[in-house]
Amino acid sequence: MAIRTEPFILNMGPQHPSTHGVFRMRVTLDGEVVVDLEPVIGYLHRGIEKLGETRTYTQIIPLTDRLDYVASMTNNFAYVLAVEKLAGIEIPERAEYLRIIMAETMRISSHLMAVGFFLNDLGAMMTPVLYMWREREKLLDLYEMVCGQRLTYNYMRIGGVSQDVPEEFMPAMKKWVAEMPRFIDEYDQLLAQNEILLARTKGVCILPRDTAINIAASGPVLRASGVKWDLRKADPYSIYARFDFEVPVGTVGDNYDRYWVRMQEARQSIRILEQAIAQLPEGEVCAKVPHLLRPPVGEVYGHIEAPKGELGFYLVSDNSIAPYRFHIRPPTLINLTALKDMVIGWKVADLIITFGSIDVCLGEIDR
Amino acid sequence: MTVALKCEQVAKKIVKASPGAVIAADSTAIVVKSESLYQVAEFLKNTPALGFDYLANLTAVDYLDYFEVVYNLVSLQHNHSLVLKTRCRDRDKPAVPSVVSLWRSADFQEREIYDLMGIVFDGHPNLKRLLLWEGFVGHPLRRDYL
Repeated sequence: MAIRTEPFILNMGPQHPSTHGVFRMRVTLDGEVVVDLEPVIGYLHRGIEKLGETRTYTQIIPLTDRLDYVASMTNNFAYVLAVEKLAGIEIPERAEYLRIIMAETMRISSHLMAVGFFLNDLGAMMTPVLYMWREREKLLDLYEMVCGQRLTYNYMRIGGVSQDVPEEFMPAMKKWVAEMPRFIDEYDQLLAQNEILLARTKGVCILPRDTAINIAASGPVLRASGVKWDLRKADPYSIYARFDFEVPVGTVGDNYDRYWVRMQEARQSIRILEQAIAQLPEGEVCAKVPHLLRPPVGEVYGHIEAPKGELGFYLVSDNSIAPYRFHIRPPTLINLTALKDMVIGWKVADLIITFGSIDVCLGEIDR
Repeated sequence: MTVALKCEQVAKKIVKASPGAVIAADSTAIVVKSESLYQVAEFLKNTPALGFDYLANLTAVDYLDYFEVVYNLVSLQHNHSLVLKTRCRDRDKPAVPSVVSLWRSADFQEREIYDLMGIVFDGHPNLKRLLLWEGFVGHPLRRDYL
């Protein structure tokens, strides 16, 4: 007589050590195999879009810090670029370079955290994270020098940045940039050929190229599936057109590729940083912008390549001091659409690492 | 550099394929009737010269007289972009056809608009609140909510 079986529904999260925040998924299992998955989100919803509609353009900057809090300066960057596009503001050269330096170090910092926690999800409990955080910690010290904060920086302003970097910042930054390639080599040595990592990630939970485009995946998730699409190259913003760098692209779109692309991107960010530091001009760091900015009536969609993908801001102005509509396009919410496609037919343990490989941040998903 | 396509020219092509669909086309966007939205979207996606395979952003704005749903379309292949819009005037039960069957990226974004703005997307496979809980009364991103 055959054993009678039935699918089992498992609630994972919102309080679960591997869900990187308050994320919940409702997983239907057949034994240990995933047959269906539904993400349930909203536990961290703070109504940032609604709050934005009652604040002035400058007051919104600290709100953007609270989106992807692992790379909050990048959020500042995306937002101020969108406002500058809307109001037609030119910014000083030095500010452009400082922004690039911040954005690229943020990218490395975010990728280090992503890869560290990805390994955590693989079962390498906390040791790889500590190696990654050793370098991230030095970056946080540098950010503290610049703006006094270690998590929510509120550094960029419409028209530039809030203040120039202190004297001791550039030497410390140069030292960090010079040391970093050696540490990335060290991570590669420990990880890229690691038998357990290869066995658990190679060919696991593949995201096909066409699906990746159809769900509008972006960032490392899209590029791991073999699509050469990086907004820094495809639609250059700020001064990215001046720098020489490659866009690393995966071949298969499996968990290994998503890990690999992040490590390669960190190397390319170092290249950009070297060029930006060498070219950094002297001068003003903020253009003269009215405190109560009233952009002309109109609308704008500004997007940048954030560490986790395309971060966009859609703003509608009615010529008042607050935006009429303030919408955020969060990259990881949309990347999350792919989770179900990737994990069906795989085991629960693979689901956990695949979720880690998307690199989500709930502050940004729930807003 | 992503080229923003000239809306007037694309609008001419759309009118040829589905007459009467376009309400307005200025330098920034094409506004189409909500009943022909799906047809137009299908045309924009499947015409090889346009090839909009990537729905980057989908959102809605409440102008009190009407709701406007905004589609930021990109073609990764040709590296060009277009802004498509549609409007609905009914405040009690605004409805727009869903484009999930064309671009699955619309899945969560349409649910979010339904949740916060109260616009119903006809044909969405799983239209329920995304961020707020079931049983929440109202749609907070409407301008008359608070």
